[in-house]
Amino acid sequence: MFRNFTQVLVAGAIAALFACTPAIAQQKLKIGFITTLSGPAGIIGKHMKDAVELALDHLHQKVGGLDTKVIFGDDQFKPDVGLQVADKMVKDDKVQFVSGIIWSNVMLAVEPSVTEQGVFMIGTNAGPHELAGSQCNPMFFTTSWQNDETPEAMGKHLQDEGVNDVYLMAPNYAAGKDMLAGFKRYYKGRIVDEVYTKMGQQDYQAEISQLRAKKPKAVFVFYPGGMGIQFVKQYVQAGLRDKIPLYSAFTVDETTIPVLKNDAVGQWETRYWSPDLKNAANEKFVSDFRKKFGYMPSYYAAQSYDGIMLIDSAVRAVKGDLANKKGMIAAMERADYASTRGHYTYNVNHFPIENFYLLRAVKDDKGEVVMRIQKTVFKDHKDAYYKECKMK
Amino acid sequence: MNLQLVLEQILNGLQLGVMLFLMAAGLTLVFGIMNLVNLAHGSLYMVGAYLATTFYRWTGSFVLGSLLALPATLIVGVIVEVVALRTLYERDHLDQVLATFGLILFFNELIAIIWGRVGLFTDLPQWLSGSLDFGGGFSYPLYRLLIVMLGFAVALLLWYVVARTRIGMLVRAGASNRMMVAALGVNIRLLYTLLFGFGAALAGLAGAMAAPIYAVQPGMGEQILIQVFVVIVIGGIGSIRGAFAGAIIVGAVDTLGRAFLKPALATLISPTAAQAAGPALASILIYLLMALILALRPEGLFPARGH
Repeated sequence: MFRNFTQVLVAGAIAALFACTPAIAQQKLKIGFITTLSGPAGIIGKHMKDAVELALDHLHQKVGGLDTKVIFGDDQFKPDVGLQVADKMVKDDKVQFVSGIIWSNVMLAVEPSVTEQGVFMIGTNAGPHELAGSQCNPMFFTTSWQNDETPEAMGKHLQDEGVNDVYLMAPNYAAGKDMLAGFKRYYKGRIVDEVYTKMGQQDYQAEISQLRAKKPKAVFVFYPGGMGIQFVKQYVQAGLRDKIPLYSAFTVDETTIPVLKNDAVGQWETRYWSPDLKNAANEKFVSDFRKKFGYMPSYYAAQSYDGIMLIDSAVRAVKGDLANKKGMIAAMERADYASTRGHYTYNVNHFPIENFYLLRAVKDDKGEVVMRIQKTVFKDHKDAYYKECKMK
Repeated sequence: MNLQLVLEQILNGLQLGVMLFLMAAGLTLVFGIMNLVNLAHGSLYMVGAYLATTFYRWTGSFVLGSLLALPATLIVGVIVEVVALRTLYERDHLDQVLATFGLILFFNELIAIIWGRVGLFTDLPQWLSGSLDFGGGFSYPLYRLLIVMLGFAVALLLWYVVARTRIGMLVRAGASNRMMVAALGVNIRLLYTLLFGFGAALAGLAGAMAAPIYAVQPGMGEQILIQVFVVIVIGGIGSIRGAFAGAIIVGAVDTLGRAFLKPALATLISPTAAQAAGPALASILIYLLMALILALRPEGLFPARGH
């Protein structure tokens, strides 16, 4: 009898265990991470993907304490492809979070579709003003910045320095115009000329000749990716590096320094983050990243690492109950995790309120070209659009 | 607007022009004589730039690196012709476009696999990196001046080869009537392979010269390729003379448009309107020119004779 009783108990325990298993399996966290992995912009995607993998290592492959699967998607730099990839992640893979996204136009295509289906969108780069203002959404968070903020910081710096006669250049597309508008929001000095060049242009010799003839005191440019490499290289070859200081936003960074090398030295940039930012989380991130992948991480990497850490903090706060979306939103609004930029807070539009620094490309004692913080331009800076955001 | 600036911009235009010419010469011969639409011509330019940079690193000499890149790109071109393109001559243009577009993707990925997605960096050697002073405060980068001179020298050499040598005669004959040339006992297949390799080497030369001033990265060939197509449409398909004239015209129009269109417009319309219209108009100027040429002389400025 007793023996039977034991058997019943054991059988019951096993049955209970089996009954529990599906419940545990359901508590598997799935994150879809979209970036650009192919084409010339693939280098940015590589930085972001590697950072996500490092974050997973640091969390022992358990984001928020749950078994985690990260599905990487390639948007190929195209909004329609990005949307397809996101839809597949949401519908077929049943992810609870979609993260990543470099480009604003891709973000504007993907975000509404993802959040409408009750899935979180955690941006780790693009910060179009629509999402910061009129189209803000409780299911959307970003670990980066609103697009205008970085050039705003440079405008503020040149204004503070009392630099007059600035020459402005950017590619002729929406973000190029936004960047120069952001610059002019804080810079009130004389502008010599404002020049827009063709998107993806290779040769800037004609524009540099024009620039030199106008004799400006400073040049501010926005040339992301390959365009930045071309422009800076040709600017230096024209012998202008020592004559007219070159200030920029999103032009010289850890994705382009390995190509530019010495030509980058002397470049001024503004940014919310730098590899030499002093805090425990950042020091660990930069040194482990270099150890694992053998190259210097960029802000794209730092933001993506932070994205996974933000998700981790949200899932932990609700003790792994992924159905508790309200709880996760409340947790993320607290930004209660060790960010690589140090402590920051979230504004009402779910964009960070954070510092912006002035950086300069210098040679360190090992002869390596690195970005170094020179001063803090903005403390706890808010974007220009949050007042338009009416969060539901 | 001062004279020096105009002169400097004309030199800039010439420099862009001769780069386009080196690309266009190969492409126009291949298209005109072999009747092959080769979208992958830009990939050969990229291969040339990568090989030149790599050889430069190995040998430590910029000139030697660039010289080695020429035969190497020629060999790559011959391999592409023998392996991939030979089967396409009899197919229609759409098949060729599809296949050579595939080659673009293939080369971009191959380059990314071998050299990585981060571009390569080449610095100019010290003796080439300065500017030449013409007096009166007018100076121009030495290397860019060298590109202009080299471009003209190549143009002259090409003219000599095409107009004065036996192989050039065969090429011209091939452009006029391929069937007849083959019927006269010329090994047209070998001629095609050589011609393609030669075009590849010219694209490689353009790539090698572009390497120190532009970023050497996967996909660098596609941007220049579009302008090169404009050049050969304006110049007339299959004609070296046309390619040269077209390249210089496109280089000059594009450069001068980018430099002076906005200030010129600002004197006619309001500065804010010029600010908006200037860059937009400057970037489509060469396409407007192409449309105009197509309307007035559909066969281009200097069409190959016998077509």
